[in-house]
Amino acid sequence: MRTAVPEYPQARLQELAGHYANAVAAKRRRIWLGVALLVVATFAAAWMGEVSLAKFSENFWRFPAYFASMAPKFAFATAWADLAEWFWGLPRWLRLLGDTLLIAYVGTLTGGLTAFALCFLASANLVKSQAIVFVTRRFLEFCRTVPEIVFALVFVLAFGLGPLPGVLAIAIHTAGALGKQFAEVVENIDSKPIEGIAASGGSWVQIVRFGAVPQVLSNFASYALLRFEINVRGAAVMGFVGAGGIGQDLIEAVRKFYFTDVSAILLLIIATVMTIDFITERVRHRLIGLEGTHP
Amino acid sequence: MKSLQFENQATIAERYPELFRTDWRQRSKIIIGLGAAVALFAYGIYQLDIPLNRLSDGMLRLGSFLQLMVPPDPGSWSRALIYLHALGETLSIAFLGTLGGALLALPFSLLAARNVVANRIIHFLARRSLDTIRGVDTLIWALIWVGVVGLGPFAGILAVICSDFGSFGKLFSEAIEAADKKPVEGVQSAGGHHLHGVRFGLLPQVIPILLSQVLYYFESNTRSATIIGIVGAGGIGLQLAEQIRVLEWQRVSFLILLILITVSAIDWISGKLRFAIIGRRAIA
Repeated sequence: MRTAVPEYPQARLQELAGHYANAVAAKRRRIWLGVALLVVATFAAAWMGEVSLAKFSENFWRFPAYFASMAPKFAFATAWADLAEWFWGLPRWLRLLGDTLLIAYVGTLTGGLTAFALCFLASANLVKSQAIVFVTRRFLEFCRTVPEIVFALVFVLAFGLGPLPGVLAIAIHTAGALGKQFAEVVENIDSKPIEGIAASGGSWVQIVRFGAVPQVLSNFASYALLRFEINVRGAAVMGFVGAGGIGQDLIEAVRKFYFTDVSAILLLIIATVMTIDFITERVRHRLIGLEGTHP
Repeated sequence: MKSLQFENQATIAERYPELFRTDWRQRSKIIIGLGAAVALFAYGIYQLDIPLNRLSDGMLRLGSFLQLMVPPDPGSWSRALIYLHALGETLSIAFLGTLGGALLALPFSLLAARNVVANRIIHFLARRSLDTIRGVDTLIWALIWVGVVGLGPFAGILAVICSDFGSFGKLFSEAIEAADKKPVEGVQSAGGHHLHGVRFGLLPQVIPILLSQVLYYFESNTRSATIIGIVGAGGIGLQLAEQIRVLEWQRVSFLILLILITVSAIDWISGKLRFAIIGRRAIA
């Protein structure tokens, strides 16, 4: 059996093919324009950033050499003694790592509580006054845009060397970053519980406590854990500017070319960060699973 | 806080006792959790030896710093030009670092994606090495590269490339694993090679997502490139750290203002671009 395939007249076909070719060509032109812009920007940035491939290829051998020199003396026969020599400062480093974790924890908790207090003021669905929302948001923005290590530099001058400036710097940055994420969560909540409590005569604090908080708590906890993970990395380098933790020993080892110390400390930091990542990811998956079943 | 009261509260409570009973098991869990958090906080304060009495002194000193910061003032025109040049370096570090990291991470992330390379061992090794690279902070990479290519923004670019390589590798491979496998199967069933499946079935799906992730990282790298100068890897951080150390507070506030303006400008631009590329989709 034959079925007739409808066929356009030749002129119409050509017209359609022409349209198609034009559309494809326009897309190609846009892509090429984008690529050209990218290339121009790359060259401008390379000029500005003093990129020198000659210097790179000339000195690249130093990069693997750096890692090679970090490798400890290690023989199978004396493995235990070699290991002990490599990690000779283990008790001190573990204490400093503990300090680093505590700096991250105290900073995250302080910043998180501040963010918790401020996020409701930055949510347009809970606060009618646009001025309050605007001011709170700009404040949070300032807190998170200034890098924490800059805060730490200033705080070291104000409070003296030690973990205190590190904790404060992390707390401020965390307040800004979490405050924004918390406020976004609050703005996406179901408005019915809020209306219900407002309708039965609840005050603003009661609306927040019984209408908003139960809906957002698991999300908040998940974001706070993620921030804790980030802050552990941040706290590890706080010591670079004298704000406590393991960073102090690391930068000293780098500056004084104690290569095996560098590798030992780096390995400890990486192991800690990975462990924390693993644990928080587990907990976060459970928290996210809770969402929806939560009242 | 005044609790909600109704006139017939007693009758309601009598009629639905299970709603008003205190669930002690639930409550004790919460109390124990909160207690542990507070105890750890107190232990942290004690262990870190945080001098709470120095807090008020420090706040006063901080207040005087803030007073000295206004008005922001670079000092002279030539100095302002130096700062703008440093800002240009910072932007170059962020741009080239993000670009380089993304270009290097793309082929590697294919290796780390389970649906492209089915070999378990390769997958595991690729993932773990990316995790290791990500475990090292950008500042530490900068320290290492300063030792290799010397002081200056080039070391900063290489540092950002390294740390972004780790992050992009993870993000890209996750995006690739989340892609729909039907187009790939379609290409293969029409006689395409495995690589054809990747090129025509997989990449068109993931490229917009990857681009938006790259743009997002460009924003965040602008922030981290502002501080990389603290260890000598070029950019505005070098100037900032120097001016803080010599207590030139007006210049410090000028530099911070410059950073704030640049970061929000970059945020705005890349937000527009991201919107143009993928619309209002959240990035995973």
